[in-house]
Amino acid sequence: MSDDVVFGRLRALLGSSGVERDADGVPRATPETAEALSLVCRLAHEEGWKIRVEGHASWLAPDAPADLAVSTRALDQVLSVSPADLVATVQAGAPMESLRRRLAEEGMWLAIDPPGRPDRTLGSVAATGTAGPLRQGFGPVRDHVLGCTVATGDGRLVRAGGRVVKNVAGYDLTKLQVGGFGGFGIIAEVHLRLRALPRADVTLVAHGQRDALSSAARDLVAANLLPGALELLSPALAAEAVWVLAARFVGTDAAVQADVRRLGADSGLAWQPLPAEKTAAFWGLVARGSLGGPITLRLGVLGDGVDDTLDLVAHDLDEGLVSAGPGAGMIRWTGEGPVERLRALRRAAAAREIPMTLERAPWPVRRALGHFGAYREGVGQVVARLRDSFDPGKCLSVALEGAE
Amino acid sequence: MKPELLDALGRIVGPRWVRHRRAELATFTMDGLPTRESYPGVVVMPVSSAEVREVVRLLYRTGVPFVARGAGTGLSGGAVADPGTVLITLTRMNRVIQVDPVRRRAVVQPGAINARLSEAAAPYGLHYVPDPSSQAACTVGGNVAENAGGPHCLKYGVTTNHVVELEVVLPDATVVRLGSPHGDPWGPDLVGLFVGSEGMFGIATEIVVRLEPLPASVRTMLADFPTVRGASEAVSAVIAAGIVPAAMEMMDRACVAAVEASIYAAGYPTDAAAVLLVELDGNADAVEVEAATVTGILRERGAREVRSASTPADRARLWQGRKKAFGAMGRIAPDLAVQDAVVPRSVLPDIMDRIAEIRDRHRLSISNVFHAGDGNLHPNISFDRHDPELAERVGVACREIMAACVAAGGSITGEHGVGSDKIDYMPWIFDPETLAAMRAVRRAFDPAERANPGKVIPLHACREWRAAPGVE
Repeated sequence: MSDDVVFGRLRALLGSSGVERDADGVPRATPETAEALSLVCRLAHEEGWKIRVEGHASWLAPDAPADLAVSTRALDQVLSVSPADLVATVQAGAPMESLRRRLAEEGMWLAIDPPGRPDRTLGSVAATGTAGPLRQGFGPVRDHVLGCTVATGDGRLVRAGGRVVKNVAGYDLTKLQVGGFGGFGIIAEVHLRLRALPRADVTLVAHGQRDALSSAARDLVAANLLPGALELLSPALAAEAVWVLAARFVGTDAAVQADVRRLGADSGLAWQPLPAEKTAAFWGLVARGSLGGPITLRLGVLGDGVDDTLDLVAHDLDEGLVSAGPGAGMIRWTGEGPVERLRALRRAAAAREIPMTLERAPWPVRRALGHFGAYREGVGQVVARLRDSFDPGKCLSVALEGAE
Repeated sequence: MKPELLDALGRIVGPRWVRHRRAELATFTMDGLPTRESYPGVVVMPVSSAEVREVVRLLYRTGVPFVARGAGTGLSGGAVADPGTVLITLTRMNRVIQVDPVRRRAVVQPGAINARLSEAAAPYGLHYVPDPSSQAACTVGGNVAENAGGPHCLKYGVTTNHVVELEVVLPDATVVRLGSPHGDPWGPDLVGLFVGSEGMFGIATEIVVRLEPLPASVRTMLADFPTVRGASEAVSAVIAAGIVPAAMEMMDRACVAAVEASIYAAGYPTDAAAVLLVELDGNADAVEVEAATVTGILRERGAREVRSASTPADRARLWQGRKKAFGAMGRIAPDLAVQDAVVPRSVLPDIMDRIAEIRDRHRLSISNVFHAGDGNLHPNISFDRHDPELAERVGVACREIMAACVAAGGSITGEHGVGSDKIDYMPWIFDPETLAAMRAVRRAFDPAERANPGKVIPLHACREWRAAPGVE
């Protein structure tokens, strides 16, 4: 389809302010409402056009082949906040950092610290399920999402979940969307579960050899000393000469002080508290570290498998930029490597019952490997049927599975 | 049911585990909901994953629908089957297969009783967190189907937050493993999708759950308030102070009266308008300080007295009335309509006023016991289902209460599920497009819609949705 035809049709639908061209001349729709987003999807479905979804393009590159791009950039409003109920409804294009500031003004906090830049959109974080170190204490992204409004590939609006913190009405469609990489629709709005802004927020770091630090982390978990974040960072990611173990305690003053005292007493490591004014910068560095190479992977592995799995990754690829949560059960690796090596790593991990998800990579790598892939027996068919029901025209240009 | 089918089922599980005489089926005509009653065609009781698979394969070949059932403690009529349907009871599959204290995981069969799982983990200082009031009887498989909650879900989350992997027999007898025993799932979050699907996606035959450490220190506080509004405001004030209690439970005057008149009397003040239980857990020093803060907040908001307990025996006494509240209500009338709805926490006082108004207008006896921290209400109506005029008024009142909760921005169920009881309310909170999407998701797992047919999704209210390929 010629770009001009697509452009003209989009302009007729959204008005001239709702469509532009990206650097390559691809028409880009910037709908301001969920309804407008669904209309764009319906048009694409009817015409058989491929859609690429973008936020601020700061995490996944906007490089999937498509007849048109849909940006959530203009879907950036905080639609409602309720400090008394600790819930908010936010459009998918809202940048995480401005959302954080807005919530903090009213004494609220979203306990998600995703990798990437501070202007990453909420929709990007939700669609890719990329939790950061706070996953240790506050759970994966899905635990913070009460519901969402999604435009399907054929332009229907599905309103999953609700705005209350406990809800079992109907099937939990939200779970499919969070971490679904946009394969089941485009997230337009998210209902968030919030917390009261923590009264105390203290980070301590210890330096040393990798295996000693990961062993110490396991000991802390075994002793039930469970910080909000407990993250093992590779030297390259931490910009240090050796590995770093960082523990972040958040909560009431009393709880944090008690945990910090125990940390000093129980662990054999030389913990150094970070000055309060450096804490945000430290975790910002950790988050941005995952952008230090073109490819980011996550592997699901619990504490006792972290060392072996890091060896496996280093063997197939290289040490890379690593941020691992031995308690939360996740390793995030960023670096560079050929598709064949990545595929071999996924196979080797699968043989150890370790799932490997491709979080970000250039399109050729995503297309070859898929975000997921290596499904267990029988699961691929279920996923294919689910995808078909949310995107029957296969309009969403998303590589959930590889092209093996 | 055709004799050939009974014979074939008998060959899989052994004839003594196939029940089809009317007297044998009587036990299985209801679950915990008193207003739905139906005889299943036959009850079959497999003992292993392999037997479940063979039973499901037989039913797939013969096109017979089925309903999976645990202990039958559900409160939404979800585990009730009609005469054309096979009821697959999983209570013989009740083993805790493995407890891994290092990885803090347990593997259980679906018929394992919730409380037995925590008992099996206790020697390692661990427990399984979701603790529905029926935990002494309900099964983990049933908890998975309903995404069950419980008092301690305020801080630690509901069933979906604690299940990491499932072995599932799909309705075409395919066996799949969803999720991962480790941290991150394989592919999309199909465990999250399956939990709470009310037996309509398949049968979970093995469940891997996360275990959590038993808290080092626990403090339970009981405060009584002269007004429900004061107690509700205290709940919000505690959470706004940045404290996340393990549980915050409220009982109204009618509930306290029922408890205190029963053998479960816990010494609750019967003249209070509301009694609030707050439980804090964690590091001993922190619990001490937070307890002082909470006590201050409760008093500020009008608590007349705040009692506090730290020893297991004293805590159990404070909890007793709450845990046994449903049993205590059984004294009042033969039947109890246990309702379940959710509202934003901030509107709790208004909803309580509204429920009182509905109660008075329909001349009913309603006692309220609820998870105040997350706005999950349980208005319980005592009645006798053999009195048709009274049962009619109960039905109307339930509907009005639900409508009020939905109008306040809430949901029709927080932890009991939709089942057959609330299917008519689904269009109140979901539009036709969303209901149709739910149906389409169900058909991705169960294209012929034979697993627990007729529950949750009101088909007439769905917008037409493209069927998955290979259907019909």
